[in-house]
Amino acid sequence: MLDNYNREKIISTANKLRWEIGENLYDTLMESIYQNAKEIADKAVTYSDKKPPFSLDRTLDKVLTSKFSGLPIMLLMLAIVFWLTIVGSNYPSSLLAYILVDSLHPYLKELLTSLNFPMWLNGLLIDGAYLSTAWVVSVMLPPMAIFFPLFTLLEDFGYLPRVAFNMDALYRKAGAHGKQALTMAMGFGCNAAGVISTRIIDSPRERLIAIITNNFSLCNGRWPTQILIATIFIGGIAPAYLAGFLSAAAVIFIAVLGIFLSLLVSWFLTKTLLKGEISAFSLELPPYRPPRILQTLYTSLIDRTIFVLWRAIIFALPAGMIIWLVSNITVENISLANHFISAVNPIAFWFGLNGVIFLAYVIAIPANEIVIPTILMLTVSQLGLTEFGAGSGVLFELDSISDTAQILYSGGWTLLTGINLMLFSLLHNPCSTTIFTIYKETKSWKWTAVSTFLPIILGLTITFLTTQIYNLFN
Amino acid sequence: MTNKENPNCANCPVHNTGNLKKLGINMDNFDFVVALAGNPNTGKSTVFNYLTGLRQHTGNWPGKTVTRAEGGFEYAGKKYKVVDLPGTYSLLSTSADEEVARDFILFGQPDVTVIIVDSTRLERNLNLVIQILEITDRALLCLNLIDEAKRNGIEINDRILSKQLGIPVIPTNARIGQGINELLKMISEIATGNYICKPFKMKSNSQELNKSIDEIVELLIEEFPNLPNKRWVALRLLEGDQSIINSIRSGELGNLNDFKISSYLPPDN
Repeated sequence: MLDNYNREKIISTANKLRWEIGENLYDTLMESIYQNAKEIADKAVTYSDKKPPFSLDRTLDKVLTSKFSGLPIMLLMLAIVFWLTIVGSNYPSSLLAYILVDSLHPYLKELLTSLNFPMWLNGLLIDGAYLSTAWVVSVMLPPMAIFFPLFTLLEDFGYLPRVAFNMDALYRKAGAHGKQALTMAMGFGCNAAGVISTRIIDSPRERLIAIITNNFSLCNGRWPTQILIATIFIGGIAPAYLAGFLSAAAVIFIAVLGIFLSLLVSWFLTKTLLKGEISAFSLELPPYRPPRILQTLYTSLIDRTIFVLWRAIIFALPAGMIIWLVSNITVENISLANHFISAVNPIAFWFGLNGVIFLAYVIAIPANEIVIPTILMLTVSQLGLTEFGAGSGVLFELDSISDTAQILYSGGWTLLTGINLMLFSLLHNPCSTTIFTIYKETKSWKWTAVSTFLPIILGLTITFLTTQIYNLFN
Repeated sequence: MTNKENPNCANCPVHNTGNLKKLGINMDNFDFVVALAGNPNTGKSTVFNYLTGLRQHTGNWPGKTVTRAEGGFEYAGKKYKVVDLPGTYSLLSTSADEEVARDFILFGQPDVTVIIVDSTRLERNLNLVIQILEITDRALLCLNLIDEAKRNGIEINDRILSKQLGIPVIPTNARIGQGINELLKMISEIATGNYICKPFKMKSNSQELNKSIDEIVELLIEEFPNLPNKRWVALRLLEGDQSIINSIRSGELGNLNDFKISSYLPPDN
């Protein structure tokens, strides 16, 4: 009892004293801290006037964060990074596909046959699990090995806070927190990482907005889809000398559309579900530092590239098996996959897509990386194209992009399908890892559901509109 | 970076780094806990990586680390667990990342708190240093990015600074590992109790504030004699921090020393 008395006395004394000090305790406190800091620093620090500090930084910042040149330079940098990634990954990609898919796959298949594996197990393991993994490696490794180091170099140099600085005004106009620009930039690498990085935002309201809109940053699992489809359908209709440039431009358009939509949705949320004040914050622009090139190359390759690739492989293995199963288990002589596809096709055509794409997005919920291989495989098994691939449920890589194009065209794809797939790839549910991360961060099923379904609704709306417009002109 | 006044082998830098064994994520049976705190983008993760041999992602922008990262190293026969805290400008606000840092220093009670500051922006960084010194007595200051300060014509007298703050001050350039030897040595001196810090305590111009703090501290001494950071608790009480009020009411505050770090903070990646 005595204990209790003493404790209550502490609390009541504090309450009493709080009134005596007045309401501005926090200000008094901060003032004292600043005052103390200044006194100590004045004693210990001397500034020589041999040159004005940070002169080079200031000059660079004048250009990189200027009202006029800031955003164009940002877009130009993005363009260079993507162009290098698209052009640079072509050759290594087909080389890897040649080794892993064209050479190793038939060899493994024969090996298991000679070991008397049952047909179904052979198919499940080699045509399902192995091939999907091999495809993911050959299509993802080269672009990631180029994209991540380039991005990390920019990050090491100190460019990212400048991006946030440039975007800050736009985000504030949308009623969101300026730091959302930083979390958006993280999302370009991985949305799950982007969602975690929203912890730098103080206000729960603004943090929630940043979490919900992070999915509008194209993550690296979706870059390969964008790049491949842009190369086939956009690059395909352009003259050869413009193809690379136009494909890169199309990918940038989608990425910028994502940024625009994240602003638009943020604005919509602050006007409806998440009304409130914009909180102020200070953004520190760190000095530019010369990137440590070798170390950056090493860490971005080992930590980022291999890490993301490993994740993709882990998800590709079971997904490959599931694809093989739904393509080979038949009900009334028609595979499960084809049942689904023919049921969904009539609806999908409203959105300029098809049943194959919808099924691929269901199977690929764990990882966006495997959307394209799933689409190709399902298209082939549905058409019964025997000259490609190795039978139903077999994921495969095609030697050249023109082979891929040929399959998609014979599957009834048009320029519209290509454009809408790029749009839908930007605007659909986050992958399961991201959904789980959103739940962990928000602890709310409601907001997890909003983050999951809002992009799908947006995606279907936009693809519906593009389809109607496209049909008007054709 | 030579140690003139310490000719004996144990204090020689070569011997020091020779003694550093990077343990990565192997943190079993550690003897001491070291927390790395500081403003955003001052190089905490770089120091962390250097000490543990891990490759926590580093980047030139504030807000890179939002969760705790943990690793270990062994030095002079003792095992240390290192906790890389998110960068914060202050311990008084309530964002999720700043709370992680504040709660850890307050409740996790690290044996040594290494406060890493950006030498080019010392005055602004000192705001956080002063707040941390209110919470813990066992701290040292790491004047990181000292090379950049020099390049920009900023000269910092680390001995005066050390005298002012009452804690050791060590200039470093963690990117290339400069000053890490001295840092290691000082960490172990403080952890083993060979070096006793007499940290600077904030002086306020407001007599009322000073008097109020003293009055509450006196009451706290009576009720919770073992509480290590009474002035800070008093400040929080004056501010009306509900979680501190609750822990006083329940008496939990007195058991602060029994808190297990791992049970206090969520095991996050």
